[in-house]
Amino acid sequence: MSRAFDLIVIGAGPAGGAAALAAARHGLSVGLIDEAAAAGGQIYRAPAPGMVMLSGKRDDDANAGDELRAALAASRVQAFYSHRVWTVARGFQVDAAGEDGHHSFCAPRVIAANGGHERLVPFPGWTLPGVIGLAAATILMKSQGMMPGGRVVVAGCGPLLMAVAAKIVSGGGDLVAVVDLAGPSDWISALPGLVRRCGLLRRGLGWILAIGKARVPIYFRHGVRAAEGSDRVARVVIGPVDRAGAPVVGSEKVFDVDMLVIGHGLVASSEVPRLLRAGMTYDRLLGGWVPDVDPCGRTSVEGLFAIGDGAGIRGAEPAAIAGAIAGLAAARDAGRIEAGAFDTSMTVFGRKRRSYHAFASAIGGLMALRPAQVAAIAPDTVVCRCEDVTRASIDAAARDGAADVNQLKHFTRCGMGPCQGRMCGDVAAELLARARSVPRQSVGYWTGRPPLRPLPLQDLVGTFSYSDIPIPSPAPL
Amino acid sequence: MSEPFDLIVVGGGVHGATVALFAARGGLRVALIERDQICRGASGVNAGTLTMQMTRVALIPYALQAHAMWASAQNWLGHDVGVVVCDGLSLAFTEAEEELLTFRAGKRRDAGAPISLVSGKRAQEIEPGLCDDVRVAGWCRVDGFANAYLTGLAYRRALVSAGVVLHEQQVVIGIDSGAMGYRVLTKNRVFIARRLVVASGVWIEPMLAWLGVHLPIKVLINQLSVTERIAPVMRTQVGIASGLLSLKQYSHGTVVIGGGWQGKGDRTSGQGDIVAGNVVGNIRLACHAIPALRRARLTRSWTGFEAETADALPAAGAIPGFPDAYVCGSVHSGYTSGPYIAKLLVERILGREPEMPLFPIDRLLASAAETKRKESAT
Repeated sequence: MSRAFDLIVIGAGPAGGAAALAAARHGLSVGLIDEAAAAGGQIYRAPAPGMVMLSGKRDDDANAGDELRAALAASRVQAFYSHRVWTVARGFQVDAAGEDGHHSFCAPRVIAANGGHERLVPFPGWTLPGVIGLAAATILMKSQGMMPGGRVVVAGCGPLLMAVAAKIVSGGGDLVAVVDLAGPSDWISALPGLVRRCGLLRRGLGWILAIGKARVPIYFRHGVRAAEGSDRVARVVIGPVDRAGAPVVGSEKVFDVDMLVIGHGLVASSEVPRLLRAGMTYDRLLGGWVPDVDPCGRTSVEGLFAIGDGAGIRGAEPAAIAGAIAGLAAARDAGRIEAGAFDTSMTVFGRKRRSYHAFASAIGGLMALRPAQVAAIAPDTVVCRCEDVTRASIDAAARDGAADVNQLKHFTRCGMGPCQGRMCGDVAAELLARARSVPRQSVGYWTGRPPLRPLPLQDLVGTFSYSDIPIPSPAPL
Repeated sequence: MSEPFDLIVVGGGVHGATVALFAARGGLRVALIERDQICRGASGVNAGTLTMQMTRVALIPYALQAHAMWASAQNWLGHDVGVVVCDGLSLAFTEAEEELLTFRAGKRRDAGAPISLVSGKRAQEIEPGLCDDVRVAGWCRVDGFANAYLTGLAYRRALVSAGVVLHEQQVVIGIDSGAMGYRVLTKNRVFIARRLVVASGVWIEPMLAWLGVHLPIKVLINQLSVTERIAPVMRTQVGIASGLLSLKQYSHGTVVIGGGWQGKGDRTSGQGDIVAGNVVGNIRLACHAIPALRRARLTRSWTGFEAETADALPAAGAIPGFPDAYVCGSVHSGYTSGPYIAKLLVERILGREPEMPLFPIDRLLASAAETKRKESAT
């Protein structure tokens, strides 16, 4: 038994939310599925159920999230929150596990809007307790109103770095230092792109000013050399890096800390297109392997769209535009919009999207993987933390003939753990390509496999009796 | 065009890789051609089960020998595939299953598998992780499992050191025979050899068709699932009477759930997909047998292609009408028995009498011709 819709949208962030609203406005029956308890995705994440943030602490993201949630609630979109999609079959059948068991949905069209996930380029000590991601810190703050505790160093690259640092300062946290792989000149060379969106640029400058006002030092063109401590992080060692992100000789500094919040950009979450074997292209500046899409977000698989950061890291505003476009295109494909009206809307959205293009490219450059940083990973540093696979093991597998990341997985268990290769995938592939002296593209990407997220077997099997199991006929004797 | 080899093996799964390995050690110059990578198809993604209780009765004597081979892989393969020898249990939860199990265990015991029937209570002593609903269980001490995904690395190292010329990522697009022996064509190369072994699993059918030999091979799309690492919940290899479950926990803590529940796919594209309802059914069965599994998280489900002949017995022997050409595959529970049957075939290729009979395909070709006649008659 599955619920049928004209369109299923997976992911209720800015992209998926906008897509669902646009499609529903044009008469499609839309099922919107998200694993969180409310819409918003990561950037517009709602406070945890039952929590209310004090109004004084509200920011633009919180307001945008409330608007999205209100619009969805007032629409005809049928939302299924707290439902974790674990597999999608062509055609399409979408299977999800909710609090009340297993649910099947079907639709001739699916829009995958699955955002991005954090990248962390490993360094000694990165797996110590007390080291968390930049994106993880934003979840703590947005969802729980909780500051990373004690003395904190915030490190990494991209706009999230300054956003998190500013939020810790404004929330009264004890921020010891900000460590940015980029230098002022990188930010300045990104400026022509950034000034295209004055509001967002102003917000970014506001973050930096807030950090400066709190007299927190910002170490530009520096990286974390190591996190040290016995059972949790106690010290962070930083040192200078070159323009490419590789460590260079220079004076190192040591900070006594309780937490290190660090991230090196975002990776596009393209699990659904990969699972359905859509055509993919490697684009370092867009966050790794991204699905090939047309201007409306249609992938090479008929009926499957991929939009938002999951189709290439560009940020929330371009994601919402891509969502509106894909929602319209889905309605157009279903014959609910006349060609003329569709083209008119597309012209408007096209112009709007182009206005973000330079901004998104500038941000993409600041958040992209830095190959020189990966090259500098020490042999005994763990790369795959689920399975304790070091760089040296990856290099050894390359010598043993591992030609792509899936063979690397068989040889070493790299990427076989519960994070399903999300944490290590980008870096492991970069290391394998480097060890084999081949272009990054040729080592491929993890084959898409269900479940899309690890799933408790209990949620999958629910309550059943033995006689309910449709056991096939016996194998031959 | 490359220089002639003594033997070309098409297909780098456990069958082809074992043939190539022993043939090279027997003095032949061997090329192994594989469409993907060594043991990355069914041989690398199967459940690694090394059991007698899912083996076809006719294959039990072979499977016993093969079990001993796997258990001593370090000696002949030279590399570890994580083989664990442990007790095996085949469970019956219902009266009908009890009847089936009693009959099947008896047949397998007659064929040489040391299986005894025990009560549910005794089964729980052997496997404390079991549920309380077991009526009777088949208990076999010759059981266990390998870490299938390590097969490729182990064989690859062994093949390289035996001097086998490996051609991975080479899809064979044609085979023909001529004065110089056999020509095997890939997209950009031609390989020539005096001898040929076709060990290409489900692709045996289209490949033999190039030689005008019609051997129907059914494609089974077997589904598998694996959990995250969890604290020990079981210590044996667990199945059920009908053969539709295989369940074991590896030393690193993951539990692999298999049993041949079917997914979707086809050999033309070479791609398989899970069927969600069948994953749920398979996992329900697993959770019923070992209740503590419910607490684990599923990290991955996937499919592998198993080849099956019309009588579900192996295709292992000469290709009629083609001197020095052989086929090797379609061995039911092929991961268990494959290496031994492949080794027997190498004996034949090297001109020696195998210690156990092979499985010539003449029986299957005759029926194929009949089927064709019947088809054209109707």
